[in-house]
Amino acid sequence: MALRHRNPGIRPRQTLGGRLDHAARVGFPATCTILLMLATQAPFGIAGQAIMLPAITLACVWFWSLFRPASMPPAAVFGIGVLLDLLGYMPLGVSVLVLLVAHGIARRWRRFLGQQGFAMTWLAFAPVAAGAALVAWALVVALTLRFMPPGVAIFQAVLTAAFYPVLAIPLAWAHRAVPEAEAI
Amino acid sequence: MIRLSIPARQALSKLTLPVLVIAAFGLMLLGKADTILAERARMALNDSLGPIYAVLAEPLGAIRKAVNDVGDMWNLRAENAKLREQNEYLRRWQSIALALDAENTRLKASLNWIPDPTANYVTARVVADAGGVYARAALLEIGPNHSIKKGEIALDERGLVGRVTEVGSRTARVLLITDLNSRIPVIMETSRARAILVGTNGPRPRLLYWPEGVQPQEGERIVTSAEANAFPANLPIGTVTHTANGVPEVQPFALLNRLEVVRIFDYGMGGVTAPEAERHTPGRH
Repeated sequence: MALRHRNPGIRPRQTLGGRLDHAARVGFPATCTILLMLATQAPFGIAGQAIMLPAITLACVWFWSLFRPASMPPAAVFGIGVLLDLLGYMPLGVSVLVLLVAHGIARRWRRFLGQQGFAMTWLAFAPVAAGAALVAWALVVALTLRFMPPGVAIFQAVLTAAFYPVLAIPLAWAHRAVPEAEAI
Repeated sequence: MIRLSIPARQALSKLTLPVLVIAAFGLMLLGKADTILAERARMALNDSLGPIYAVLAEPLGAIRKAVNDVGDMWNLRAENAKLREQNEYLRRWQSIALALDAENTRLKASLNWIPDPTANYVTARVVADAGGVYARAALLEIGPNHSIKKGEIALDERGLVGRVTEVGSRTARVLLITDLNSRIPVIMETSRARAILVGTNGPRPRLLYWPEGVQPQEGERIVTSAEANAFPANLPIGTVTHTANGVPEVQPFALLNRLEVVRIFDYGMGGVTAPEAERHTPGRH
């Protein structure tokens, strides 16, 4: 749709292959986020594996919201949030809210962060990760009416921020390897 | 599709995020109002993902074993010496246990003791962690034609693991004894005093509400109590250890962070529903 409006004029009708390719490129960020989320649930038997799920999801949503916002619309973030709530055994809605807010922040800072280097995006992600863990913890406490040990939230914040570079490097590679639909 | 002007489109796209944020709050309310909904959705998701994880469990387990084997090679000598020593010790205990067992059978025979009914059990593979960040639970792959019900009891080869709280068509969720919502009536084996074992989400659950005049002893064995008809008596749970602050905790016998296979026992207990289910009963909120 956006393609047609941005470049007006007569164009050849898109072939089925072309349309499939377009759909695959548009759907790539959300699909790769969901696949990574499911992968964290596989029985690796690593201690503290449960924390990897919210950490990886937040990092993916942040990365794609910054660098490919057209393919990570709020609706996709909402769906990923519901999946995170279900897979991560969180009260429904908690991760949805956290991810949507992170997505909003990434959208707002996109112009600025897009021009900065990797270090700057990571630096901006650290407080977002801390805020996300804190808000999620507070919401879980409020919704379950039970005081949870806050150490978990702190560990989650630190791990999420520390893990970002490990994930951002392959994501940046994938970002280059699978160009955006509009770019070709 | 409705064609909109570009400014209208832009305005609409600006509105999506706030509307979805409100929807997130709505979802929270919905989740609070209807807890069964989230549980059903979770079990449906688990039922579809469980078989995939079950297939993955085998090669991943093999890789993990190979990595552990390399580590084990390093301390083979020390391990061997330790095992020899332990073997010696256990041999002595074995002879004592055999003698006691024989004596026990003789005494029971002379007392016309009614034997405890043997429980049926099924063995299931643990396919995934089902706790997330704020809970401790395990997901079991139980196959399509199972007879597992809520409230049944899970044990590994060493001791109590937890209770079945949610059952899907192919998978079941077991709430571990370390979970924050876990409350188990227990007996301290030497003093025979009753207490409650309370999960903290940490590796060792805490011992609470023991009677006055009794103090949990370091190293004392903790077993389940048949009180409240939730557990059969005398299932091994763990041993007492005290924290630096003198709070008695229980080191579980079961390897809760490395569960691979558990046995689900049907003792026909219906005294207390599982903690998750209990919260769903109307009138509790």
